[in-house]
Amino acid sequence: MDIKTHRGSLIMNTATMAYRNLLKTIHNPDRFMDVIIQPIMFMLMFGYLFGGAIAGNVKNYLPTIVPGILIQTMLSAASGSGSQIREDLDSGVFDRFKSLPMAHIAPLAGQLFADILRLTVATITSLATGYVMGWRPEAGFGGIVVSGLLAIFTGWAISWIFALLGLLAKSATTVESFSMITMMTLSFLSNAFIPIKTLSKTMQIIAYMNPITYVITAIRQILTTGRWTNEAFLVLIFGIMIVAVFAPLTVWAYNRNN
Amino acid sequence: MTVTNAIEVSHLTKKFGDKIAVNDISFNVKQGEVFGLLGPNGAGKTTALRMMTTLLKPNSGQVKIFGHDTIEEGRLARSMFGLTGQYASVDEDISARENLMIFSRLNGLSRVNAKQRTEELLTEFSLVNSADKSLKNFSGGMRRRLDLAVSLITRPALIFLDEPTTGLDPRTRTQMWETIRKLVSHGSTIVLTTQYLDEADQLADRVAVIDHGKLVKIGTPLELKQQVGGINLSFSVTEVQQVKAAVKLVADQLGTTAQILGQRLSTNLASIDQLTPLLIALKQAKIVINSLTVQEPSLDDVFMNLTVGKN
Repeated sequence: MDIKTHRGSLIMNTATMAYRNLLKTIHNPDRFMDVIIQPIMFMLMFGYLFGGAIAGNVKNYLPTIVPGILIQTMLSAASGSGSQIREDLDSGVFDRFKSLPMAHIAPLAGQLFADILRLTVATITSLATGYVMGWRPEAGFGGIVVSGLLAIFTGWAISWIFALLGLLAKSATTVESFSMITMMTLSFLSNAFIPIKTLSKTMQIIAYMNPITYVITAIRQILTTGRWTNEAFLVLIFGIMIVAVFAPLTVWAYNRNN
Repeated sequence: MTVTNAIEVSHLTKKFGDKIAVNDISFNVKQGEVFGLLGPNGAGKTTALRMMTTLLKPNSGQVKIFGHDTIEEGRLARSMFGLTGQYASVDEDISARENLMIFSRLNGLSRVNAKQRTEELLTEFSLVNSADKSLKNFSGGMRRRLDLAVSLITRPALIFLDEPTTGLDPRTRTQMWETIRKLVSHGSTIVLTTQYLDEADQLADRVAVIDHGKLVKIGTPLELKQQVGGINLSFSVTEVQQVKAAVKLVADQLGTTAQILGQRLSTNLASIDQLTPLLIALKQAKIVINSLTVQEPSLDDVFMNLTVGKN
């Protein structure tokens, strides 16, 4: 007959929910759009379009643009979390989840767990595209791994913000358009694609107010020096703070929704 | 042995802003019975069901599932029932087999048991041939079958069905009824909401009529029908000049005043036995009649009677 759910099955339930998200992605490859197609496209387009103008040639531009596009991709992958949560909440299947004797928080936890996977795929795609285009960072493989992990962690921290947004927003479309605007503003008004010193004074102030600038700087430093810098430390602390603030808020909003 | 209640609902109330969706409803559902919640759209059936299945917190009142409070012992209560929601509560993006696997795992089945149960249910609900197809290509009936199959993973003793046949074609609807009857024969307790009176009549042992959030009446379909009155008899008199004589004859024979509509007479019979003497009397009086109908009250009549003028 039926098998009782055991205490502490939160991890198992979360794993099942993450597996469900993975299955959904496999059945709907368009969900991979923002983590595979987008970084490849941007890397090629921006690299070959602006490389000459900004850095003299494409190869010289790569150390600037690879970390820039990596973080831009993290932003858009993280923002996908919000619309996916909203879509789930709006579908009838969520009622079923809530009526099951499973860990109450598992659907949310599963989503954020699956996000790590999406962010990892996005990171590998971005860095690999750069490599194919001729990018060879001084830091070597170790530096690439460390910077990749920092990027994934930052992206994951940001996905908590978007998860909260998804829980509070009216519809998936609202979340999507808001995510698009945020992603565009934060990635372009930063040092992702250009050296900040080329900007006007006002624009420099804006770029320095943008937290994404610091994330990109930190990633670039690791990739060029191969060392864990103060900036990297700052970004890590900032990421931890985001999770510390937004994880409880998101859980609260999730519980309120039920 | 005393009959234990599968569900005890007491003074259940839910407000949405100023609107009282469910207003102080109390009833019990006995083990093994099919209990129907009947009411028009917006009557509060689904809201009541959502509270009974822990999806919605009541403003006041209490629901106990096999003795377990849905709020204090939510998780325990949830392990006692299966729910099939009004809207297909299965995952659209993945296949039928994957749906069953995931929900089996979420219900706490081990991987091996989940696999076995999935195959059993696919066979039982004739979904084997479409098990790996995308749900986007599923018909409404197949979707409902999968939905029901998911609710039955743990073989729950109590099953909630929210409008199980709304939007289905007549044939699929009959199949769904058959499936529900089969569940009943295995001893499951079933609570279903419906706006179709014939569905309640066909399936339910007891019916609670809900209108404007209030419990209007509760009883077996038969009790509810009897409450409306006896059997309706109506016939037409062929010769218009004989209508008066026919009315007098009905009054003499049945002691009732027939209602007249043109040449058509309509009245109530206390029992079907009264019909033969009446017809003989009509023949003896040489009153020729045609298009005679005898109709037992339907739940439609009950429904109109209970909710008339309130909508």
